[in-house]
Amino acid sequence: MSFPWAQQYKPTNPFMRWMDDRLPLPRLVYNSLGAGYPVPRNLNYFWNFGILAGLCLGLQIVTGIILAMHYAANAGVAFDSVEHIMRDVNWGWMLRYAHANGASAFFVVIYIHIFRGFFYGSYKAPREMVWLLGVTIFLLMMATAFMGYVLPWGQMSFWGAKVITGLFSAIPLVGEPLQQWLLGGFAPDNAALNRFFSLHYLLPFVIAGVVILHIWALHIPGSSNPTGVEVKTESDTVPFYPYFVAKDGWAVGAFAFLYCVMLFFFPNALGHPDNYIPANPMSTPAHIVPEWYFWPFYAILRAFTSDFFIVPAKLMGVLAMFSAILVWFFLPWLDRSPVRSGAYRPLYRKFFWALVVDAVILGYCGGAPAAEPYVMISQIAAIYYFAHFLIIIPIISAIERPDPLPFSITEAVLGKDENVPLSASPTAPFPGTQHANA
Amino acid sequence: MAEEAVTDSPDLVAGDGVRRRDFINIAAVSAAGVAGLSILYPLVSQMSASADVLAESSTEIDISAIKPGQAIKGVFRKQPVFIRNLTPKEIAEANAVPVSSLRDPQTLAERTKEGKENWLITMGVCTHLGCVPLGAGEGETKGEFGGYFCPCHGSTYDTAARIRKGPAPKNLEVPQYAFTSDTVVKIG
Repeated sequence: MSFPWAQQYKPTNPFMRWMDDRLPLPRLVYNSLGAGYPVPRNLNYFWNFGILAGLCLGLQIVTGIILAMHYAANAGVAFDSVEHIMRDVNWGWMLRYAHANGASAFFVVIYIHIFRGFFYGSYKAPREMVWLLGVTIFLLMMATAFMGYVLPWGQMSFWGAKVITGLFSAIPLVGEPLQQWLLGGFAPDNAALNRFFSLHYLLPFVIAGVVILHIWALHIPGSSNPTGVEVKTESDTVPFYPYFVAKDGWAVGAFAFLYCVMLFFFPNALGHPDNYIPANPMSTPAHIVPEWYFWPFYAILRAFTSDFFIVPAKLMGVLAMFSAILVWFFLPWLDRSPVRSGAYRPLYRKFFWALVVDAVILGYCGGAPAAEPYVMISQIAAIYYFAHFLIIIPIISAIERPDPLPFSITEAVLGKDENVPLSASPTAPFPGTQHANA
Repeated sequence: MAEEAVTDSPDLVAGDGVRRRDFINIAAVSAAGVAGLSILYPLVSQMSASADVLAESSTEIDISAIKPGQAIKGVFRKQPVFIRNLTPKEIAEANAVPVSSLRDPQTLAERTKEGKENWLITMGVCTHLGCVPLGAGEGETKGEFGGYFCPCHGSTYDTAARIRKGPAPKNLEVPQYAFTSDTVVKIG
């Protein structure tokens, strides 16, 4: 679908006309990423993070395929083959650092993308499907990142695999056999390493497939925008090409600069020195931590230290950790406010920032040792995290009085819109909800 | 509409309203379903522990050099196993704990072989998330209950390797084992 004023694809080149009749792929590109896709004219820089996420996925696939040409997924030689990449393969050090830091960059971009969605209500109707597919992509990303971190077969790789597969042993009755089935043995070993490599290679292409569905679902209603007011007329939009292609190009340049600073000057800053020690099943590192992007969820896992009625502490922690993401699937129905954008929701805005602070606290505690005061802080922060989604958001959407919304995107940008009907002038008392529903 | 199709059908089996085509449909879909499940079985089963992994499932360890108060780490199923020669004091400490107060109630006698109560043989795998607890090696902390201490999430075990504090739900697992002689123990 597109807006009726969208520019039409009219190929002039005879070959392109011939092609358009047989396989209209250029038409698809024109209508999704070209002049045929009208985009709200007021998109701010937070709307660049979708394309940056796509860029990161491409970067990871390209560097990953190259690394797989030099890596050996066998417990006997995996660690040495990574050192071989670092020391012997031409440019191997750069490709491996690019891949490892690319994962971190991907998560930075995706977290900003997700919190953009939280603030601007991007998950609300009619974009629930976009949101659900996005959360699915995030879950796939987490699985892919976890399995990728196991491949170098260092101490953190091994013990990360042991702890994370140990989560499954918390499931009643089937837990132990399930863990042994996942690992292909009693502890992480060659069988586990091999299957993790196989799946680590597969899942990015699954992600690419879900990304296509994510963009397809997005292009049905079109992009949301910072006012949350839907597009009404042609003056609310500009064509994706050249306007947002150029702006995305700027964002890609800025991203590439920061990424290269990390890659070339601080390549190990986000890693852990213990992972340069070969895996040793007989000795656990004193302080096991996952990669930084899992810290908030790891803090929630560790926050449960005593049994909860009949549910053992271990199972409770595992359930809470997975629920922390699964609760996002229900967000479009937990937030009943008809106003989309946090810019017009004074109360919601405050709690949005409280959630940001809460996530940072959880992240800090997840990277800290499992000792007081971090355990208690994690517990409080974990309770607040769930309260935000399950209690605070439904209450806010019931009691909040939103600020008046502009009539249209054009009015928000230019201060006036010729299409404003007299009955809905911005001076009328509280015209907001009516438009938000439209 | 369906009714009409049935009465018009030349395949109608007289009286019971069942067509021959219905039977063929059900038979074909059932056969395909069984075939699908039988293809799925090996695809799922291949992920379980392979024969060579299972073949490593028993190990013999010489315990003659372990003096009272000492412990060693052996390897069983590629995982550490702790073999500890308890001192009389450690045995007394373990027996002094009221069993009903424990998270996973077991006596020391239930966790050792009769007549060999000083030999505590357990997996060196924390029952929380599988880290190797400290306390078997020379100079490692034994935790506040004198047994084992897991550095990952702070589970603390007593001198009978029973969980006393922290997130682990169960005592350190006692594997199947037997003394093949006074100095050799076979695990698994």
